[in-house]
Amino acid sequence: MSWFEKSAETPLRVPTEALWVVCPSCKAYVEKDAWKQAGKVCPRCNYHARLSCRERIKMLTDADSFEEINAQVTTSDPLNFSDGSGTYAAKAAATKAKTGEFESVVTGTAAIEKIPVVIAVMDFKFLGGSLSSGAGERILLATEVAVKLHRPLIIVSASGGARMHEGIISLMQMAKTSAGIARVKEAGLPYFSILTDPTTGGVSASYAMLGDLNIAEPKALIGFAGRRVIENTIKQKLPDDFQTAEYTRDHGFVDCIVQRRELKGFVAKCLRYAGF
Amino acid sequence: MATKKQVKRTAWDTVQLARNPGRPNVTEYISMMCEDFVELHGDRLFGDDRALIGGFATISGVKVMVMGHRKGRTVEENVESNFGMASPDGYRKAMRLMRIAEKFGLPVVTFIDTPGAYPGADAEARGQAEAIAHNLEFMSTLRTPIVVVVIGEGGSGGALGIAVGDKILMLQNAVYSVISPEGCASILWRDGSKAPVAAEALKITAESLKKLGVIDEIVSEPAQGAHTDPKAAAAAVKKAVLAALKELMRLSADELVAKRYDKFCAMGRYFEVKGK
Ligand SMILES: [Zn+2]
Repeated sequence: MSWFEKSAETPLRVPTEALWVVCPSCKAYVEKDAWKQAGKVCPRCNYHARLSCRERIKMLTDADSFEEINAQVTTSDPLNFSDGSGTYAAKAAATKAKTGEFESVVTGTAAIEKIPVVIAVMDFKFLGGSLSSGAGERILLATEVAVKLHRPLIIVSASGGARMHEGIISLMQMAKTSAGIARVKEAGLPYFSILTDPTTGGVSASYAMLGDLNIAEPKALIGFAGRRVIENTIKQKLPDDFQTAEYTRDHGFVDCIVQRRELKGFVAKCLRYAGF
Repeated sequence: MATKKQVKRTAWDTVQLARNPGRPNVTEYISMMCEDFVELHGDRLFGDDRALIGGFATISGVKVMVMGHRKGRTVEENVESNFGMASPDGYRKAMRLMRIAEKFGLPVVTFIDTPGAYPGADAEARGQAEAIAHNLEFMSTLRTPIVVVVIGEGGSGGALGIAVGDKILMLQNAVYSVISPEGCASILWRDGSKAPVAAEALKITAESLKKLGVIDEIVSEPAQGAHTDPKAAAAAVKKAVLAALKELMRLSADELVAKRYDKFCAMGRYFEVKGK
């Protein structure tokens, strides 16, 4: 046992939820204020917990610089879909009420160390960050705004993939968003994709893998097919590090892995290399 | 020729027909439709994926670049072609052939027939997500006509990876979906046996997809399915492809790219203004 493991013993007082957060990875008790201060990164094991889109925007952009665009573009129900647990419309309404968001991605203009950008941030809490017609439309419109304002585009992904409830329309958002990214690049503008936990399925197979730079957070799950599907296909157990950010970088698909506290500065530095 | 007589089928019946092992595959369509075919191999990076084939072809005097997912006819063929599940090497070969088509001024014709992109550990290691994403981006700007024909199973991102086109044709008994009905049923219904219900809900038949604006044209099949009269099916596909090519080859490259962008951007454009 190494020194840092010893140092993080359970506190003597009985921890209360009001004061402590239990790290989902190493189970250490972390003071709530310290946890928030660190941007939901465990000081003991460096576990990067998922952020809401608003928390992410706050950490990545200059104070009060974010102005949301196209907030009126929200979920729709093109298939009039319902499954074993009820209608998609009801599920979407409940998710909106619970999260206070109207889609799985929030887009807007902002500044990063005074550099004006267009930014899109996904939120895993909104139906697993799934890519829907509303999310695809918001991202496409963000690419068009980036071209119009001649600003770099930053997309922070956190998604399990397509939103099944929207069927083929969800699949088509992969083509639509990728077409938007192509135009940003054709305009000579930088596009940085930030892959956070998790970035899989249809999102990894479209805009998330198309960055001029693909930047990932430590240990983020990044991949196309799900682990269980692959294990069933190849009839083998996969190694623990399979589809981690580190694995993805080592196979050549991610440029850098950056600690959350350093992400804003890193993005700004790369934007300056891009001439902004 | 394809009969006009309407046979009413459930979505699940159609899934069975789309997967019928006797259904004509891409190799057979090419040999029945084209007077010449020169197969081109390899992605110049790793290997030659036998699950996605392509090359020069001539259809009634029209020179094209043809490609498609390849399902086998025999067990041996299916082992070689991985049951039509392409790897990153297949998608990268497809992109290489499309680049050649653009350079030589040849229209592209793609045949869609895959359960999905191969969910294997090696496919992940070589960047399945990146390979598909890159094709979506690239096809959105390709300066030559692209005609897509869904001949059997249009399985999710693996299908879309070569299906961003100017005209999307679909055989009457083909299916095209974001996820297999079995996969959807086991996730949303937590019961794989609900696949027939999921097939209905996902709206994956040619008739539903035409209504949703995802495909442009339904190609009629022989009354009992393409496998009962492959020659008639191929003749119908040939006629539809030639008509589509004739229409598209009149357009300039700028017009093609602009229209293709608008076509995919319009998919899933629904506004529901809520005002936040
Ligand atoms: Zn921890």
